[in-house]
Order: sequence, then C-alpha cells, then structure tokens
Amino acid sequence: MDGTLTVDGSLGRASRLRAIWRGDSGVLLGLALVAIFFGALIGPQFFRPANLELMAIQTVIVCVAALGMTMVIVSSGIDLSVGSVVALATVVTAVLLRHGYDPALAALGALGAAALCGLVNGLLITRLKVVPFIVTLGTMLLVRGAAKGVAEERRVEAPITWLNDLLRTARGGNGLGVPAGIWITLILALIVGGVLGYTRFGRHLFAIGSNERTARLCGVRVERRKLQVYTIAAIFAGLAGIFQFSRLAVGDPTVAVGLELDVIAAVIIGGGSLLGGKGTVVGTMAGAAIMAVIQIGCSQHGLPNWVQQIVTGIIIVMAVALDRWRQASFQRASP
Amino acid sequence: MVEVAPATGAPAASAPPRFEMRGVRKAFGATKAVNGVDFSVAAGEVCALVGQNGAGKSTLMAILSGAIRPDAGTMALDGQPYQPREPIDARTAGVAMIHQELSLAPHLTVMENIGLGLEPARYGLVKWRTLRDTAADALAQLGHPEIRPDTIVADLSPAGQQLVEVARAIASGARVVVLDEPTSSLTHADVERLFTLIRRLKVQGLAVVYISHFIEEVKAISDRVVVLRDGANAGGGRTADLSPEAIVERMVGREVEDLYPRTPREPGEPLLELSELQPGGATLTLHRGEIVGIAGLLGAGRSRLLRTIFGLEAVRSGRIRVGMYTGPASPAARWAQGAGMLSENRAAEGLAVGLSIADNLTLSQLNDLGPRFLVLPSRQTAAAARWMQRIGIRSAGPRQAVGELSGGNQQKVAIARLLHHDVDLLILDEPTRGIDVGSKAQIYALLDALAAGGQTGAGAGSDRGQTGVRPRPDPALAPLRPRAVLMVSSYLPELLGMCDRIAVMCRGRLGPARPTSEWTEHSLLMEASGAQAG
Repeated sequence: MDGTLTVDGSLGRASRLRAIWRGDSGVLLGLALVAIFFGALIGPQFFRPANLELMAIQTVIVCVAALGMTMVIVSSGIDLSVGSVVALATVVTAVLLRHGYDPALAALGALGAAALCGLVNGLLITRLKVVPFIVTLGTMLLVRGAAKGVAEERRVEAPITWLNDLLRTARGGNGLGVPAGIWITLILALIVGGVLGYTRFGRHLFAIGSNERTARLCGVRVERRKLQVYTIAAIFAGLAGIFQFSRLAVGDPTVAVGLELDVIAAVIIGGGSLLGGKGTVVGTMAGAAIMAVIQIGCSQHGLPNWVQQIVTGIIIVMAVALDRWRQASFQRASP
Repeated sequence: MVEVAPATGAPAASAPPRFEMRGVRKAFGATKAVNGVDFSVAAGEVCALVGQNGAGKSTLMAILSGAIRPDAGTMALDGQPYQPREPIDARTAGVAMIHQELSLAPHLTVMENIGLGLEPARYGLVKWRTLRDTAADALAQLGHPEIRPDTIVADLSPAGQQLVEVARAIASGARVVVLDEPTSSLTHADVERLFTLIRRLKVQGLAVVYISHFIEEVKAISDRVVVLRDGANAGGGRTADLSPEAIVERMVGREVEDLYPRTPREPGEPLLELSELQPGGATLTLHRGEIVGIAGLLGAGRSRLLRTIFGLEAVRSGRIRVGMYTGPASPAARWAQGAGMLSENRAAEGLAVGLSIADNLTLSQLNDLGPRFLVLPSRQTAAAARWMQRIGIRSAGPRQAVGELSGGNQQKVAIARLLHHDVDLLILDEPTRGIDVGSKAQIYALLDALAAGGQTGAGAGSDRGQTGVRPRPDPALAPLRPRAVLMVSSYLPELLGMCDRIAVMCRGRLGPARPTSEWTEHSLLMEASGAQAG
C-alpha cells in the first residue's frame, strides 16, 4: 500500500495541504487581494462596518440566487431563467400585497410561483431530453413574458410592509446587528453547503455532474434529482426576487434582466465548472463578494460603470484561467 | 542478438536503427516514472513493448510523441537527434501514435480526419482534390480502397475507424508507428485484419512499436519483445525465443502461479432467471455460487443483454427474475434487489473519474454512511479505505480522484463498489479489459473467492498484512456467502479459466449455457461467428 494512507484512511499532512490548495483557497485569496487593492486605493473607511454592510446588501440578491445555481452547476446543468424568475417573484409579491394578503403569504406566493417555474424547467429537461441551456433560454423568455402579463406591463405599486425592511438596517437595532436578509442568506449558505457535502442529495448531484451515466448505473434516480435541483434553484431565485422587491417596494416585470449572468459568474469565479462535478458554497459566496467589492470599490473611487464592467470581465476569465493552471500544476506534481 | 534483418533487406546490420532511445529518465515529483530505459526499433521491424500498468509504457510513449519532455537521455531517428517539443513536431518528424482511445473527429469525413492538422492548402483554402487523393492513396496502401474518403467517420465500425487512424499515419509520411493497446475494442476477426495491416506497414519499411497487455498478440505479431518493469528495462529478446510464461515472468518480476484459481463451488438457489428475454433471446438460470460466462463477437448484443437485465435498457418481451423479484426494473431497483453491474466502459460509464475513490466506491450505497439522509465524509472515507486495503487498490488515499489512478486500480474501484454494496448477483461486462496481468490475477482471485464464498481479498490483498486497529467488526473479513457472477468477456482464456458454464451470443441471440469442460477456445469461436449455426 502507499505510504501516505494511514490506518483510518485519513490523508497525510502533505496531501491535506494539497487538498486545501486545491480547494477554495484560490478564490478567497483573490477576494483578499481585491479587497486590499481597493482598501489601499480608497483608504481605511472602505472597511468600515457600514461600508461592508452596504456591500453585503448589494450582493445579497446575487448570492441567494447563486446558492441555487451552485447546485445546478454542480449537477452540470445551467439555469438562464433566474433573472426572469426574480422579476416574476417581485410582481407576484406586489400583486398579492395589493389584494390585501398578509406579507408572509405574499412572499410564500412568490416562492410558489418560482418553484412552479423550476418544476417546468426540470420537467422539460428530463422529459423532452432537451439540454438545460436551451430549455432555460426558452423559459427565460417565457417567464419574463408571464411576469409582464401578470403585471399588465406596468410596475405594480404595493403597500409598504415589513418585507421592505429585509435589507434595511433596523432603526434602533433589531438585535441582529445586520439586516435580516443577510442573516437569511448566511443561514441558507450554511444549509446548502451542508446539503452539498453531507447528504445523499448533494453527493448525487456531484455524481450526476461528474458522470451522469455512472450515476444512473449506480442507481441514482437522475431524472428525479434533476427535477428537484431545478425546483430548488428556482425557489432560491424566488427568494432573491423577494429581496429585490424589498429594495424596490414595487413589482417590476423588467427588473433583473441579465442577472443570471452575474449569478453564473459568481459560481464560476468561485471554482464551479460548467462541465459539472465541481463547485462549493464558500467559493460561490466569495465569487459574489469579489464582484460586489469591485462594484462598490469602483463607484466609491469615482470610476465610471464601464471601467467596473471591464474589470469584472477580466476577473471572470482570469479566475477560470488561474483555476485551470492550479489544477494542471497539481496534476504535474503527482501523476 | 537484438536486430532482426528487415524484411526489405536494405540496411546492413551496422546501420543505425530507425528509432533509438538511450538512458531516458522522467520523474514526476518523487515518482520515477521512467528510470533509464534503452529501446530501439529497426525499419521493417515490429517491436512489442510490454509491461504492467504503471511500468512506464505510457510515459515512454508520451516522451516519444513529444507530449512530455524527458529529464535525461537521448533519442535519435535514423541516426539524427530527435527532440520533439510538441506532438506536432513528432508528427512532422515521422512518428505517428495510434492510441488506445481513438483520436478521431467523429463528425468529420475520413479524408478530413486523415489530413487533420496537415491539410494541403493554398491561401488558407483546403485543396480538397489533393486531400482526397492522399486519403484514397493511403487507404489503398492499407489494402482497403473500399473505404470512401468522404464517409463520415462516425458511420464506420470501430475497426474501420482504427484503419483511418493508421491511414493518417501513412499519409503523414510516418517512419515510426506506435500502436498503444490497439485491439482493446476490436473483435477477433478485426484483430486478424489489424495484424495483416501491421505486416503491410512492415513490408513498407516502417518501424512499428506495438504496446499490448495480450501476450498472445505479442507472440503473434512481434519480432522482438522489450519488457518494462517499474520504469526500467526488464529483459526481452527475439519473440520466437520467448515463451508466454517467460514474458509474463519478466513483467511481474516473479514466477506466476496459476492465473485462474478454482476453489470448489457449490451451486445454490437460482438468483437470476431469464425466460425468452428480448432483446437477447435469452433463457438462462444462474445459481448462487456459480460463474457463468457469455462469449461472443463485438456487436453480438452481449452488453445490451446485460444492460437490459440491469434495467438500463427496455425489455421488449420475456421475463427477468432477480432473486425473488420480477416485474419492471431500473438500476436503482436492481441495486435494492441485491444485484450490481460493472460497465464495460470505465471512463464513459463505470466511474466518475473527476470524483474521489471514496465517492465512486460508495455511490450506489450511501445509506449506511450516516443517520437518515446524511452522508458523513469520515465514514465514507473509512468504508472506502477498508475496501481499498482489502483488494489492494494503490493510491494516495480514498480522497484521490479516480482519474489519477492506473487502469487496473480504476477497475478495482469499480468492482469494490459491488463489494461495498454487498450484492449477491454480480453482472460484469468485460471485467478485465485494458488492465495489466497482475491486476487481472487479483481480480480472478477475487471473483473465485466471491463465487466460492471464501474471504474477499484471498490472494488479492490479504498477504500485505492486516492493520492493527479495527474499530468494529469488519464485514469484509467474515466468511462470505457465495455469490453469483454473470460475466461477459471477449478474452476466451479468461472465460474458460474462470467460468463454470459458458453461453455464446451470436447475432443478438444467446445460446444455451453449457459446462465449461464442453468448450474449447476453438468451439467458442466457431459458435460465436455463427459457423455452426443450423
């Protein structure tokens, strides 16, 4: 037997270090570098709690949707309908509030509508055997159209409720320190991280993403798992929509156009692979944070929006290139 | 006595060999993959390169093809120094590689594939007529003018596709052709055709390097054998002077005992009953404590039959009974009924090569690895480590990616999955394809132990010594109940050596299973090719 395998099957120290090097360290290092860069550019006030909170609030919508997207991408799928589902969720929330429903019921209704979108995605992908890219490209338009129809092509005004406080720092303190929406996102991140790493569902997603035929051979109910993952991802998008509504205070069927690309970018910067079988929650959150730091940093330094977009574009490509280089260097070190 | 006079008879014995490497070394980190290998091949000679997985053959060939640069050593082509930096350097210098997995673009035509990367062109426009002529010429040289240059490659049989690869080598003006495990996806008849092809290459004065696990093939086609073991030369010589046993002994570095162990087996209750099953036309009963083999040509429908039994393909008619269960099947249901299947294609179906050994090994049975729906990585790793130890999987640990293992170790991971799941019925499709003799012997010992109800690991890993600590009673150590094994193999000696009964599949129909003693290699082949039909 190989000397590095100890009795209990744990890895030796060298392998453990290598495992960390292979893990999320890259994206976390990238986040640190970007933060230090803008910190140096802008000064220590960049790291003031209020500023950090602003960044967290800015990124929370992308983060929540990216949690669902991480699961989808791990299973080697993709969901382009996220932005449209977010818009639909804002509209459904606003319409229900207007009809005098309780805010909690309105939010539940939005999540239900989102789940339905995800179920449709999943059914089309598994029953028609059309690739996820095409199916969700279709539902992206379909759901956007549905949102506009429900809203009668207008912004839907809605009464102000506690839903609008989700991303607001509570005046006088709500005892939570930061807005409730951030806590919700952090808790969900922990849950999704746990699900991916420590449940049968999570391990099945990795297996499907790495090799779908192997998963099927091993008795994984691939179709059912896909149905589940697209539905869950859409529910996360629905929650992102509720957060979006919270900030806008209206139901807007034209909001979040192109949001899915930010969401996918967060997952990819975080080490997810569009080929499937790879992706972590820590990476995704750090990926979303990198984009938020660039966005806020650029605007606070007075850099125009176009600079910010160029920088973000470069970061996406560099992140994936660096990841590939890291994997290759690892493989060279141990064949 | 190394050189063999080339068939074309031109160069004298003192002429430099067509290709030569001296003292080549290559290390990956601490691992010395190739540690001082000398190797040469003359024009018009077929030199077989044999060795177990991990002996350094693949690294050596990667060096030869320019994919890897050696740390030390020299290479020469026709006496000129040869230092390829990129694979294209090797190709333009006249060294052509034909890999185990075909490297063709399936959507393109035969001629596009033959000219790939070296298309004749003017102003960036492909000169189609020249390309077509070159392709047709190469195919004619190989004695297959019937393959049309504008056929789409995906429409050709595996043998036809391989022919296109060889034609590509010819068309690029190769002086040295390296064939890496070329027969692993070919039927018996196609292997004969390939050998005819190689003899043609020989007559045309090309130097051929033939890499194979199959000693019979090496005996049949090569003029000279070079054996590698642990990255270094381990002897060799004229093929005619070496017995198969002598070659295997040099490969494994010790005398080989009987490759096919046979513990007395007691057939028990039936575990699998097929009646008039379509596709496959199969009627068969498989009992506990029995190994039944299915022989047949590639494309006879053997894999399809196994896949239908396992619920991966639809039943058209007839009945399958697994243990107590009848009715419709899915892979999930089969696993639950105590059946497990090994796919013939490790990379495409059998294993998720990007995932770890532990993930692959436990994928079908994640239920016992934590409370409720949880999977605890520590338990997963421990379960995997136990099996890895038991059947001797060499790796850096249970968390290493399966894709980084050698073929033999990958196959053991795939088989360990069935052991971890503790199945009663093992459905194995080509259980020893593409793995070395040493791993084969271990898998044979394992299958024998499973069928006879001995201890897993008997003869496979147990002689490496037990670890001291065992946290809880280890199911792998307890005497096992006998299992039933249904195996498909294209390697007849292995079927004859391992099975209690053998059935032959021919043109989509499974014949009756007869005791192995009633079969010979010859009669199996005759039956498989339909020569005795009617």
